[in-house]
Amino acid sequence: MATTPLNKGLKAGARKKRRLYLLVTSLLVLGLAIVLVLNALEDNIRLFLDPTEIVEKGIKPGQQFRLGGLVENDSFESHHEGNIMVNKFVITDGNESLPVVYEGLLPDLFREGQGVVAEGHMNEAGIFVASEVLAKHDENYMPKEVIDSLKKRGQWQEGEKGGTLTPKDKNS
Amino acid sequence: MIAELGHYFLILALGLTFIQAIFPLIGASRNDGRIMMMGESAAYGQFFFCLLAFLALTYSYIISDFSVAVVARNSHSLKPLLYKISGVWGNHEGSVLLWVTFLALFGAMVAYFGRNLPKTLQARVLGIQALIGLGFYLFMLLTSNPFDRLVDVPFEGNGLNPLLQDPGLAFHPPFLYLGYVGLSVAFSFAIAALIEGRVDPSWARWVRPWTLLAWVFLTIGITLGSWWAYYELGWGGWWGWDPVENASLMPWLVATALLHSAIVVEKRDTLKSWTILLAIIAFSFSLLGTFIVRSGIITSVHAFATDPERGLFILIFLAFVIGGSFLLFALRSDKLQAGGLFAPISRESGLVLNNLFLSVAAAVVFYGTLHPLISDAVFGIKSSVGAPFFNTIFGFLMIPLVMMMGLSVHFKWKRADIKGISQRLTAIMGISLLAVVMTFYITYGGEIMPAIWLGLGLWLLLSTAQELAGRIKLFKVPLKNSLQRLMHQPRASWGMSLGHFGFSIGLIGIIATSSWSIEAQKVVRIGESIDIGDNTLTLNDVIAVAGPNYSAVRGIITVQEKNGKIYMAYPESRTYVASPMTTTEGAVKTSLAGDFFIVIGEAQNQDNWGIRVYYKPMQIWLWIGASIMVLGGIISLSDRRYRVGSPEGNKTNEGKKVKRKSIGKKNHAH
Repeated sequence: MATTPLNKGLKAGARKKRRLYLLVTSLLVLGLAIVLVLNALEDNIRLFLDPTEIVEKGIKPGQQFRLGGLVENDSFESHHEGNIMVNKFVITDGNESLPVVYEGLLPDLFREGQGVVAEGHMNEAGIFVASEVLAKHDENYMPKEVIDSLKKRGQWQEGEKGGTLTPKDKNS
Repeated sequence: MIAELGHYFLILALGLTFIQAIFPLIGASRNDGRIMMMGESAAYGQFFFCLLAFLALTYSYIISDFSVAVVARNSHSLKPLLYKISGVWGNHEGSVLLWVTFLALFGAMVAYFGRNLPKTLQARVLGIQALIGLGFYLFMLLTSNPFDRLVDVPFEGNGLNPLLQDPGLAFHPPFLYLGYVGLSVAFSFAIAALIEGRVDPSWARWVRPWTLLAWVFLTIGITLGSWWAYYELGWGGWWGWDPVENASLMPWLVATALLHSAIVVEKRDTLKSWTILLAIIAFSFSLLGTFIVRSGIITSVHAFATDPERGLFILIFLAFVIGGSFLLFALRSDKLQAGGLFAPISRESGLVLNNLFLSVAAAVVFYGTLHPLISDAVFGIKSSVGAPFFNTIFGFLMIPLVMMMGLSVHFKWKRADIKGISQRLTAIMGISLLAVVMTFYITYGGEIMPAIWLGLGLWLLLSTAQELAGRIKLFKVPLKNSLQRLMHQPRASWGMSLGHFGFSIGLIGIIATSSWSIEAQKVVRIGESIDIGDNTLTLNDVIAVAGPNYSAVRGIITVQEKNGKIYMAYPESRTYVASPMTTTEGAVKTSLAGDFFIVIGEAQNQDNWGIRVYYKPMQIWLWIGASIMVLGGIISLSDRRYRVGSPEGNKTNEGKKVKRKSIGKKNHAH
């Protein structure tokens, strides 16, 4: 786009005006997005807590959050009430434990002794009612929050990677 | 021996990459053709050795050489051949090797198809490609060497996670990587343009096919991943806003914006700095995605062996690449000549708005993905951002974006006649509004938003169709002439129409399946039934079956649809031999109206079986829509004017080209 000297002055004015339009539109959209983000964040942030934090902080019944830890060995039991499957198990961080109840089919990779993250709330009886148990893609996988929590509670040994072969000598 | 050879080839490739990173850039700055030439040969050589290294690792997998650490950790001698091969990239080390191999492939493609580019530009693009490559070779050789040997060789490997033993997933990572890596070419072109201080329409014409290629691969990769999650994971979901999924969506959104803004550069010689910025951001998101996935810094349902050392390396690399390119952009972008003006109501403005919404969408995904990290680092609060956050915001952003998409395809370049266009679109607008009202009426008692979104989807569909109809003068000239015009549409226009068409169909599917899915869960005995909607499922029997590397229970279920159709479904629950884990193989009955998705759980006590059923309306529209978008991309890519790296066109076909071009011009002048 070659601009001839004749219409240069006019174009500079028009350019400014159109830049302004563009700027105002962009700011409007961005502002709208920020309002939306803040609004949506408020409702949709789920705190991640481990059993010890729940005992210490005294979480109110009904508040939604994510609970993470290990499924305690020999704690899993499931039965059906009518046509509904009820699963009960205990989530522990080695320090404190919390009973959990979940209705429905558990994800494929749910196992005793392995890391788990569940979303839900505490009921009046001090039982965690899970609305969702998150599926992980890998049987050896530990959610990062669970590792951090276990480390904090002194229950984690470095290099613990349930069942993975690690090369004996990295330089071989 | 083969593994050592592979390691050796990798080091050779690294050496050639050094050469490719240094000499073309020096040659270009001195304008010395002979030094620049080294870039091409180095790019071919690098690809050759990198490919050999990749084949060496593949060979180790095929023969199940468990003395190689990654093979022992991820493979198993009983695995079918396909999954032995796909196991190569089913783990961290192998996937980085695949990443680098693709990077080298794209480098070689730039060397080959870019022979007609201005010499300095090609040399600089190759040099920058090699600089990126250097980072990845060093990363691989220093922190994640795929050819590490084991001292104690195990008799049998650990096996590949059975969930990953699936054709959909075997091909999902390669396509995704091709997309990620493809964006590196757009990035290199952008950096080269910044160094040269020149962006013009021909630059846009060279960079567009590469972006389009990357976009096509990215779309295929994301779709395959989503499809796999849908039928394999057995929870009926196809998108969970998980960090790793977001990591692939961000570059896709930005690449989509880049595709559109490059058109403005090409046609109107304006919007240059923005386009350069998008190219940088698109590839930065690719790298960020790799970082998120590999460092394990953000909790994701996608498990990868993670390692802080690797995370740190990628973080430094990321800071270097992104920081460096933004710095260069800040220093040099004022050298780019500002382009022409455009009126508020014009094709350009429509495309600018499209860019605006896509970038804001990408920014939202970016923030939502990183929020847990920020809140943990700054406030020490561990939290996660749930899917409703993203759904809410995308639900809002979608409305103006799709409205504009439907409108701006009718806009002309420079200045559009808004009055004429709104007159022509009145009928479509009426139909879409009617669809909103009717949907709201049918789903009365439900939410209003899905009805609005459905109306929008229909609006886009019809508007795209009308634009095409207008171009071929449907019903204005005899049908035969219209068809002739249709056949002679430039392929790039086909790309646009199909792309938008596919998007609208996918969108309608997304709206339907996320708004009106129903679900039923029940524990039943053999002979008992489950009701879902007005349909009935009866469990007739459960039998044991044996597969090649698993044993399974199979439910035999009769589905009786409300319209009287009856058929059988056979969901399975499989237990794998190599690793004691169970996976559900849902039985999916697909039709255009919707999918029945039936999952059988592990046995409860004796004869009680947990059965879960989903009804997902119009789920298949999503995959059809994505396929049409990909098809549009491929057709557009085959357009002679955009032929990868062919700035002047093929000389032997010169006559043909001119003829085509004139047709293209005529149709494109609207």
